Amino acid sequence: MRKAVLDTLVSLVKRDLRVFFLTSDTGFHVFDEFRVKYRNQFANIGISEAAMIGMAAGMTLEGARVFVYGIAPFVTMRCFEQVRVDLCQNKLPVKIIGVGGGLTYGGAGPTHHSIEDVSVMAALPGMTVICPGDPAEAAAAVAASMKMTGPCYIRIGKSGERAVHGKPLRGFAIGRGIRVRRGRDIAVIATGNALAPADEACDLLEKRGIKAELASMHTVKPLDSGLVESLAKRFDTIVTVEEHNIVGGMGSMVAALITDRGSTVRLHRIALPDTYEARGGSDSYLRLRHGLTPDRLAERIAGIYGRKGKAR
Amino acid sequence: MMKSALRNIALEVRKDIVRMHGKGTNVASAMSCADILTALYFQVMRIRSPRDPGRDRFILSKGHAAAALYSVLSHKGFISRSSLKGFLADGGRLTGHPSRSSAPGIEVSTGSLGHGLAVGAGMALMGRKNRRAWRVFVLMGDGELQEGSVWEAAALAASLRLDNVVAVVDVNGWQGYGQLEEFMPAKSLAEKWRAFGWDAREIDGHDMDGLCRTLDRAPFTKGRPSVILARTVKGRGVAEMEADPLGWHYFSVPSGKTAGFLAELERRK
Repeated sequence: MRKAVLDTLVSLVKRDLRVFFLTSDTGFHVFDEFRVKYRNQFANIGISEAAMIGMAAGMTLEGARVFVYGIAPFVTMRCFEQVRVDLCQNKLPVKIIGVGGGLTYGGAGPTHHSIEDVSVMAALPGMTVICPGDPAEAAAAVAASMKMTGPCYIRIGKSGERAVHGKPLRGFAIGRGIRVRRGRDIAVIATGNALAPADEACDLLEKRGIKAELASMHTVKPLDSGLVESLAKRFDTIVTVEEHNIVGGMGSMVAALITDRGSTVRLHRIALPDTYEARGGSDSYLRLRHGLTPDRLAERIAGIYGRKGKAR
Repeated sequence: MMKSALRNIALEVRKDIVRMHGKGTNVASAMSCADILTALYFQVMRIRSPRDPGRDRFILSKGHAAAALYSVLSHKGFISRSSLKGFLADGGRLTGHPSRSSAPGIEVSTGSLGHGLAVGAGMALMGRKNRRAWRVFVLMGDGELQEGSVWEAAALAASLRLDNVVAVVDVNGWQGYGQLEEFMPAKSLAEKWRAFGWDAREIDGHDMDGLCRTLDRAPFTKGRPSVILARTVKGRGVAEMEADPLGWHYFSVPSGKTAGFLAELERRK
């Protein structure tokens, strides 16, 4: 995803001299070419996220179109109040790119895991929260963010994420989820890092004779209520899948929405438990541990579908 | 502008502050920076209209002194005199800390301390990139300097060599629980700023001549940001406030005292 974001940024800075990219000492080597070639539009602010957000606000007030970049937990929570006051209360369209959403920085430990960022950013009035699920969504989200009039948070993984969307994405719109595959038995809504494993899980489910419909809810706020409502009408059960604390993530928002609308659809939320990770290990180990790999997801979703069958 | 005319404006600003604080807190904090704001808006800053792209920028990072800013903006004609009545009023637009959307001339929302300098640095960076001559003035409180984010921004502005940003610190020596001295000795302030790469000057924050002279000269050194440590008296102009600056950090002005305070301000002009 990082590469897709970088390529998009390069095309944006080339086209528009008002586009600036600030990093808080993150992305060494990734931006080597960028910072030389577009040095007038690049700045390493240093290890000071609060100052970076404040600077971005000041620059935006003077007509700049600013992207800030940092490791997801630091660029959202270390400088939370600067995001709240300088960006949200001033209503400034600064784009925050957080790298390493969820358990991406697995072995680095819980300081580097980002399991609360979606909830925390979504609590801010005026903030848009986007969790792209594959490189194409990441590129499209960065490009689309240029048209925004308020701040947004784009939570990406890092590198090597599988492409879920085969063709180049057309018609991507912030706030509008994407139907990835059609199904008939159960609906799955996934966001961010969880989209690719959820997609593979649907393949595995299909082999077992369960046809799951899969939607990518890349924009968590504002949530695509139309998409959720249509799934709630067509299916008995919705499963949400995300790499975020079960408290306050996309699943919580879907739950709130279906409750508000009086829907009787059954909802199962698959997410991370409300605890900091005590074990070390790679991101793939931690995903396995929390049942977020394709195999485990397929098993869990099949279990949910089976239980529904028995209830009948 | 003649210094006597500036002193007259500062008097009117103080009278506004007293009248506006029939309720609410922070009257004494607004009084301590009334001369600084008057010098900036009526002598130092080039600002004919809040919408002029070439204007000098001002950020009230010590947002709790909002009444002083509103008063100055009204004397500049950027907001109406009658709008001051909306300060702290139910449904009014002028909140206890300035909000960017509430009135023309408020560059940025402030109120939470330690935000203004980084925002000012961002503006200054764009001013330099676009080869504009305007400067950014950021007024902070001395207590505000305890916020770590101030020093992140200070280091950053110096490393970017932003000489078009000018920080002014209202050194009135008081904060929520008592004297600043307990937390950050006032004597060390200039040394701290210099150690961060700033050119620092210390002046009397109520001496209109000195304020105008020093502020006019900023930036003091090419390639370095400037800071002016303006020593002030909290509650300046009203003896009762000067004698109990901590109490008047919290008190509002009871209606029975307003006339007396206004008369005293006139006398001591």
